[in-house]
Amino acid sequence: MTIDIGFKRIYETSCVVKSNMAINREYQLMVLDAPARILDCEPGQFFHLLCPSKGDLNPYFRRPMSIYGYYPDAGELHFLYKIAGEGTAALASLEPGENLNVVGPLGHGFEIRDDWQNLMVVARGVGLATLAPLALKAQQLGRKLTAICSARSPEVLMSIDHFRELGAKVIPVTDSEGTSSVQNLERLIEQQITNVGVDAFYTCGSSRILHLLQSMCARYDIPGQIALEQQMACGVGMCQCCVRSFRRNGGIVNERVCKEGPVFDLQEAIA
Amino acid sequence: MTNLSVTVGSLRLENPIMPASGTFSEDLAKIFDIGVLGAHVTKTITRDIRGGNPTPRVCEVRGSMLNSIGIPSKGVDYFKSEVIPFYNQYDTPLVVSISAGSADEFARLCEDVSVPGVAAIEVNISCPNIEADGKAFAMRPSTTEEVMRKLRSATDLPLWAKLSPNTGETTEVALAAEGAGADALVVANTLLSMAIDIRSRKPKLGNLMGGLSGPGLKPITLRMTYQCAKAVDIPIIGCGGISTVEDVIEYLIAGASAVQVGTATFIRPTAMVQIIRDLAAYVESQGLASVSDLTGSIRDEEASDGIVFLEAAQ
Repeated sequence: MTIDIGFKRIYETSCVVKSNMAINREYQLMVLDAPARILDCEPGQFFHLLCPSKGDLNPYFRRPMSIYGYYPDAGELHFLYKIAGEGTAALASLEPGENLNVVGPLGHGFEIRDDWQNLMVVARGVGLATLAPLALKAQQLGRKLTAICSARSPEVLMSIDHFRELGAKVIPVTDSEGTSSVQNLERLIEQQITNVGVDAFYTCGSSRILHLLQSMCARYDIPGQIALEQQMACGVGMCQCCVRSFRRNGGIVNERVCKEGPVFDLQEAIA
Repeated sequence: MTNLSVTVGSLRLENPIMPASGTFSEDLAKIFDIGVLGAHVTKTITRDIRGGNPTPRVCEVRGSMLNSIGIPSKGVDYFKSEVIPFYNQYDTPLVVSISAGSADEFARLCEDVSVPGVAAIEVNISCPNIEADGKAFAMRPSTTEEVMRKLRSATDLPLWAKLSPNTGETTEVALAAEGAGADALVVANTLLSMAIDIRSRKPKLGNLMGGLSGPGLKPITLRMTYQCAKAVDIPIIGCGGISTVEDVIEYLIAGASAVQVGTATFIRPTAMVQIIRDLAAYVESQGLASVSDLTGSIRDEEASDGIVFLEAAQ
């Protein structure tokens, strides 16, 4: 019997933790030893992680986590995360050599159309982690990428070296230096559009940036994509819990972040 | 291969493991061969296209979960044109879960989905989210009987009535469903519950209240399975908090002929595959001729009806 499931396989797999440590005051980097079959990913996709029970920490649901890096040649899967609650605290307790059960890769990732040469990332905080694989993909495709990286302070501004290594031009902005205001972002983006040209925008992690990009993309008629979050249970489309509302064809539609997303059209997104 | 087949009324299943409605969809076929399951049970469908409840729609509590999804549905036409053909690629019996707001509407929908390719109809007369005040048909024997009679006359397919743990009249509701023509009972749906975020003082679910499922529900639905099996002659399909083969065996001993696995699939998408494998190993190691030898094998000695049918803890 041949079954037409009509889609790519998803795997539930146990991976060995290679390393898992703090890279600054707020963020942890976890590297998993992962089989090649789960590393056929797209930038913007995520995995659903079965965070361990340890001591007082007993997370029940899996936790969705966007991919920070996937490296089929090295057999590695990277996650960059902030300890924000029980699940991520339990994740941070994992020692090298321990196992982590993952489900994925999940969802639809970012698109880089053939005629998009100049890409611009505008993201903040942990949202930058979600966009890191896009920088790698852009480099592989020979596209130019400029990234405005926003954070509270320079110490927690992460991924900028990673973005630079991947050939991106990085413009760091921070609250503590007074450079992350919407007005300043608008000025920086306008400069980029006027001087270099932007074929597509990508963002994640900030409602303020979403609103700014929505108005600028409309003004200059430039397409954009956003990776969104929502609380999840199953992560694969069964339970219907992770819906968000989107503007489409003059009305409002509900879509599952896990299945139709997590990457959506920028103009359709509602913060 | 070990024979794990069971019968639920007139329906023969390759094994007693099937998904609970709402925790299964075509999406799971991306993760494992869903042809290994005893049956396929769809998410509850309604006649009309429905959007569902406000978010957050789920929250976790210690070792269990609450949900208030609200039965978003793509409607009956989509179901016939897309869902049935997908599942009919498999030899596995397809069980369609349906719901409606009134007995007449329920019966019309039941008639509508009584089409080739559907092996049985599970009637969700218990979902606590359907009516605004959380009341459902399966709360009382009278409303259960009324809706089941109408459903019975609407179809010749096997009818499975999904009961509610929110009732205080478990055996009376079970008997009412049996008397009105149910072919099996699914015991049970989720238990109406609540959780509050103490910092914001807001309910953790957008819909205020929702259904408890997962391991925390198991002792309650296991008790109901036992009571229903004692009270009625039709088969019982146990449902509630099953995540391991030990849970399955416990339900079978209590009187279930088959079981549904729900929330566990959210935590371990391959949970049902593991359970089937473990059940085969168990049946073999125990030298059982049939898995159904376990059904109702509880050694409750001579417990009196007064104890068996208690509706309150003493």
